[in-house]
Amino acid sequence: MSLSRAFFAVIRRDLILALRRRSEIANPLLFFILVITLFPLGIGAQPHLLQAIAPGIIWVSALLAAMLSLDSLFRSDFDDGSLEQMILSPHPTSVLVLGKIIAHWLVTGLPLLIVAPLLAVFLGMPNHSLGILLLTLLLGTPVLSLIGAIGVALTVGLRRGGMILSLLVLPLYVPVLIFAGNAVQMADSGLPVDAQINILIAILLLALALAPLPVAAALKMSMCDNIS
Amino acid sequence: MFLIPDPVVRFFHRMASPPHFYALTERLMPWLVVIFLLLTAAGLYGGLYLAPSDYQQGDSYRIIYIHVPSAWMSLFIYVVMAVAGAIGLVWRIKLAEIVAISSAPVGASFTFIALVTGSLWGKPMWGTWWVWDARLTSELILLFLYLGVIGLYGAIDDKRTASRAVAILALVGVVNIPIIHYSVEWWNTLHQGPTVTKMDKPSIHVSMLIPLLLMALSFKFYYLIALLQRARTELLLRERNAQWVKNMISEAK
Repeated sequence: MSLSRAFFAVIRRDLILALRRRSEIANPLLFFILVITLFPLGIGAQPHLLQAIAPGIIWVSALLAAMLSLDSLFRSDFDDGSLEQMILSPHPTSVLVLGKIIAHWLVTGLPLLIVAPLLAVFLGMPNHSLGILLLTLLLGTPVLSLIGAIGVALTVGLRRGGMILSLLVLPLYVPVLIFAGNAVQMADSGLPVDAQINILIAILLLALALAPLPVAAALKMSMCDNIS
Repeated sequence: MFLIPDPVVRFFHRMASPPHFYALTERLMPWLVVIFLLLTAAGLYGGLYLAPSDYQQGDSYRIIYIHVPSAWMSLFIYVVMAVAGAIGLVWRIKLAEIVAISSAPVGASFTFIALVTGSLWGKPMWGTWWVWDARLTSELILLFLYLGVIGLYGAIDDKRTASRAVAILALVGVVNIPIIHYSVEWWNTLHQGPTVTKMDKPSIHVSMLIPLLLMALSFKFYYLIALLQRARTELLLRERNAQWVKNMISEAK
């Protein structure tokens, strides 16, 4: 099988698996909506305040939702041994892993984009910045999946990896949060946001090129640990 | 390999052998401690007694002699950790792995000290314990990165696997530290300028600079001492079933 066919086969397989277990799609989405609903309840329903912090709320919630969904990235494949087969296959692990990450983003990241405009309206964000919000989510959430995959790959062999995962992954999310949140805030006040968008694109390309390598190395390490 | 001169290769091979490392560090330790104590005494005497007080900040600037060296060390140690981790990852040298993981708690402590002294310095100077200044924020994130490394190492039972995990994480962190640092810096400049600006750094006077450099050097030696002590303990723990450890214990009896 050629490399590109293997790559798309991995994506296809993961998408089919996700569609058969719909709760995996619904959970991060519901979490995202719930967290955003909690903010007005906690802060108080003051339209100006909510509007001012809406970009931050949406982005922090997206960060947490992405982090919670990470566990499903390798867990079932790790448990049933299909991950071992992928590592043993003649294709480079990093490419196959990239396929898995893309499939995972299509399932957990993309739905966030669909509900985000609705939630932005809930929080009273001005209409003209909705486009920028979607653009930052489109560029930023794949980075969250890519960086998160490193953390999951390191902790997938552990029984209680959940807490440690957030400690590993959240500090690395900081640049995305800063530029994305800032872009939306600037757009809110009608300023140009080209710089932030360009940097987000740069971060995405960098993560796309580099992240699969440590993920593959970490998965091999987790496998060895499991066998010994 | 042919690019590296033979004596260097031999040195590394010998350093990579646990018994040799253990014996050598035992002999080095008193010297390191003496040098460290001398440097610290000289640095503190120069910094706290000889150096004039600042025309603006009075005597409270003297915390710089702890604060700045620890901030330098916090970054330096992370890089050492990543380099040692990479060496351990590529050549599977046990000692490199041990050096990488033994550095983490020391680095985390220096980061913590830098944060605490910074906040103590900030209170009289800026009138507040904490500002979301770029440097403070990236230092805080660095602390989280260190804690992640320590936490990951503690979470994996097999220590050789844990060392590899830590090495991968440290390398990812090293790629990310500049990105995080500059993003935090831009975050603050893209916003309105900080209302409490960081003290302008006037070119520092020689009488203040020399103690600072002495302290920085003494902190380096402290790191070396702490690192070697930790590495020796870790080495004994990992090699507790090896023959040389058994021999050493039976000789000591």
